[in-house]
Amino acid sequence: MAILKATKLSKVFGGLKAVSDFSIELGKGELIGLIGPNGAGKTTAFNLLTGVYQPTSGEIDFDGKSTIGLKPFQITQKGVARTFQNIRLFSELSVLDNVKIAYHFHVKYGILESVLRMGRYHQEEKEIEERAIKLLEIFKLSDKKDEIAKNLPYGEQRRLEIARALAAQPKLLLLDEPAAGMNPQETQQLMQMIKWIKKEFDLTILLIEHDMQLVMNVCERIYVLEYGSIIAQGTPEEIKNNPRVIEAYLGEEVE
Amino acid sequence: MGNNKKELLAFVACIAFYAVVQGLLMLDVIGPFWELNLILICINVILAVSLNLINGFTGQFSIGHAGFMAVGAYLGAVLTVKLQLPFIVAILGGAAAAGFLGFIIGLPTLRLDGDYLAIATLGLGEIIRITILNIPYVGGASGFMGIPRYSNFTWVFIATVFTVFFIRNFINSTHGRACISIRENQIAAEAMGIDTTKYKVMAFTIGAAFAGIAGTLFSHYFYIAHPASFTFMKSFDILTIVVLGGLGSISGSITAAILLTFVSAALASYPEWRMIIYSLMLIVLMLYRPQGLFGNKEISLKIFGRLMGGNKRGNTQGN
Ligand SMILES: Nc1ncnc2c1ncn2[C@@H]1O[C@H](COP(=O)(O)OP(=O)(O)OP(=O)(O)O)[C@@H](O)[C@H]1O
Ligand SMILES: [Mg+2]
Repeated sequence: MAILKATKLSKVFGGLKAVSDFSIELGKGELIGLIGPNGAGKTTAFNLLTGVYQPTSGEIDFDGKSTIGLKPFQITQKGVARTFQNIRLFSELSVLDNVKIAYHFHVKYGILESVLRMGRYHQEEKEIEERAIKLLEIFKLSDKKDEIAKNLPYGEQRRLEIARALAAQPKLLLLDEPAAGMNPQETQQLMQMIKWIKKEFDLTILLIEHDMQLVMNVCERIYVLEYGSIIAQGTPEEIKNNPRVIEAYLGEEVE
Repeated sequence: MGNNKKELLAFVACIAFYAVVQGLLMLDVIGPFWELNLILICINVILAVSLNLINGFTGQFSIGHAGFMAVGAYLGAVLTVKLQLPFIVAILGGAAAAGFLGFIIGLPTLRLDGDYLAIATLGLGEIIRITILNIPYVGGASGFMGIPRYSNFTWVFIATVFTVFFIRNFINSTHGRACISIRENQIAAEAMGIDTTKYKVMAFTIGAAFAGIAGTLFSHYFYIAHPASFTFMKSFDILTIVVLGGLGSISGSITAAILLTFVSAALASYPEWRMIIYSLMLIVLMLYRPQGLFGNKEISLKIFGRLMGGNKRGNTQGN
């Protein structure tokens, strides 16, 4: 069953059609790649799926229900979490607080319990902290939990962003160029990590990535975007041999 | 466990401080001049800490705090003078009215960003003041006179401690973290499932309610509520305290409130100098320490431990 189904999404900025007739279907548990040249509309597609932009036309169904008109926080609460191409951490806060914040909408204690520090407050705060630290351990960041997020090296900031997205306990995770700025070794580790968390957390993952080789290696299916439209989709093997893709995106690289 | 102990310690320290000051007041060791300043410090702490919740922690730039203070000052006076209700009802009523107004005003204005929000809150503060100015029932331009002096050190101190504990505990909860995440990155906050509009309005409402409490305490100390007490200059005073102490630091706001109340008292006979000195102070601050005296740090036992040579360092890691 499809967990996410987008049908004929379009987004127009002024005169520019950033995304047009974008249709995509993600099955539960899939790891799918979204590739395309610079400015193809990949990030815009993410912004449509997460409610940052409202589509000019088209339909989005998540878990069988339309998400059109919902605000980003409502879509996240339904189970879609994401990372950003240009990292958006809570940069002045500690690594631990970054992750803790993402538990927010699962927390049950109210304002009064917070202010009086009674009821579920202590118990839940303890749980949040423990779970956040566990997540940081998975991403090898637990010994940096008290550091200010902006002081982390680039690769670690990217990992922290994924850890934070997971704290929201999503069903679908959207990763916008998670390996950008990482060295080849870090990238390799990250991809193993992504495969692993998909299994461990029972996720569906949609991944934007520039590095073709990398996408081919980890993704089960791939969509190719050019000038806002999907020009091809299929298994890595099919994409590799699709003449339209070779022409539009790969150029001579594949030869 | 360690946390509860610290809470208790802080509470005992407050009571001890209160007992000593109250004792000195009763023995007349602290005369009327210092008593006045003590009360003003407390009221300024309430105003600054509550504005810090909006400006410092949630990152919304409001400069109309005096307007909410005016609502508390006047409504409280109506409740005690016209309706003969007890002081506690006036305080709660002042808080509720200011908070309600904050809520109503916050809903539309908090959609605005940065400079626009600042201008809108500045305008709204003035609108509140001018509206009051034109209501004869509360004295119009000559002010609401004949308010009984119900405020004393006890009331004001309790209200201050309550404010500080309330806002500190709020900040150290998932709700406070939601507010802080808006300051840090609103888009990321939304992406983490935080209803940013709700939390902005909540911070604004809570901040306004506490400004209302400060207003009620204020008018019931000075026998009068006068529109001239709640102009933009008052909002600017409060903002100066918050910025000086550090946006996002409660201890900073408290320290700066004490400091600036004294500066203001020392310059009482030269009012024209006060604004110049405030402005110079802000300029120097922006040049040398733009994050304010405390940045977004709090004074904690940890820091004291470090200053004392750090032999207790291991004990404070719990938080
Ligand atoms: N908010 C916006 N307003 C106007 N134009 C926009 C906006 N966001 C994106 N665009 C335009 O839409 C097109 C697609 O941009 P988008 O960021 O989605 O591309 P991308 O595939 O993510 O590219 P990259 O690989 O560089 O990240 C670009 O031409 C971009 O300039
Ligand atoms: Mg992009």
